Amino acid sequence: MKELEVILDKNGLIVAFFFVGLLTWATDLISKKAFNGRVPGSALAIGLGLILGYVGGLFSEGENGLADLSYFKGLTVLGGSLFRDFAIVATATGASFLLIRKSGLLGLVSLVLGIGLFFFLGASLAWAMGYRDVVSLCTIGAGACTYIVGPVTGGALGASSEVIALSIGTGVVKTIAVTIFTPMMAKWIGLDSPGAAMAYGGIMGTSSGVAAGLAATDPQLVPYGSVTATFYTGLGCLICPSLFYLVLSTLLS
Amino acid sequence: MIKGLALLAFCFLLGMWCGALLGTWLGIDANVGGVGFAMIFLLFSKEYVMRKGAWDEEFAFGLGFWNKLYIPIVIAMAASLNVKSALSSGILALLAGILPVFIAFGLIRILLKKLKTNL
Repeated sequence: MKELEVILDKNGLIVAFFFVGLLTWATDLISKKAFNGRVPGSALAIGLGLILGYVGGLFSEGENGLADLSYFKGLTVLGGSLFRDFAIVATATGASFLLIRKSGLLGLVSLVLGIGLFFFLGASLAWAMGYRDVVSLCTIGAGACTYIVGPVTGGALGASSEVIALSIGTGVVKTIAVTIFTPMMAKWIGLDSPGAAMAYGGIMGTSSGVAAGLAATDPQLVPYGSVTATFYTGLGCLICPSLFYLVLSTLLS
Repeated sequence: MIKGLALLAFCFLLGMWCGALLGTWLGIDANVGGVGFAMIFLLFSKEYVMRKGAWDEEFAFGLGFWNKLYIPIVIAMAASLNVKSALSSGILALLAGILPVFIAFGLIRILLKKLKTNL
């Protein structure tokens, strides 16, 4: 047993690979069996990650959630800013100029409207709940866009671990809300054509939520919504920590 | 594999450099939008390599691997954050996650109505 402990302790990153893989497998199963595939497995897995981060915080008095328990310390490497930023850049592979041309002006307008709407509503709600520093407001506003834009913005601006956790939580809630409410609201908003799906994808953004929500509404619309949603996270990572941060700090000073 | 990885690494470094330069220029001690810049560079370089006819499985696999790794990375990050202290503001996560979604539904309805009357 002592040998195993040494191995686990020495190979933290590998333990993290194994642990996250196991967790993903379990949430995929839960998504299929308990939610009939309606809630994206990725949102469930990230939600479960947050819960485990909470459990880890109960057992240790540290600030790194589950990673404060020695066997799980590799999670800080796998989930650290280097791997995170590198992998997010790779998600741009899915985009191309052909897609940009396809989504056109409608796509651009809906993207800018959507990111602005979610960012400033998120930041206003954080203000209403008592947050006053620009970095925290900006991070939570970015989290209201997607659970990726939040930590990227928070990481770039140097937000606290607590605020970054909050921004991811906000993004996960958004993804699940979009997934659940899209089929209910589809008729009311007029979501019945490829063009409408493109505008919807650009405004809502969260790509897993948009894909799951459209699949439950009309599977034929999924590719159209995804065309614009693909750009949402990238554009958000570009303008939330720069332009929107500046706007926010000017508004607050 | 390594060709795609190298392309990704090149774009990442170039993007981060731009972000750092922009941060210095704005007088903020932060990397401003480096990830976003890197994504734009990747988009351009992918297009360039494709136009040259040099795009192959090697490129696609190196990029695809990291593309797929990003959700697992976010899971690991979520599990290693200070969630315990964040929980006191949990109601904010619920509000800021749900409320804007409904306002966005309203906005989409208005936008789509405008579009239909214009067409």
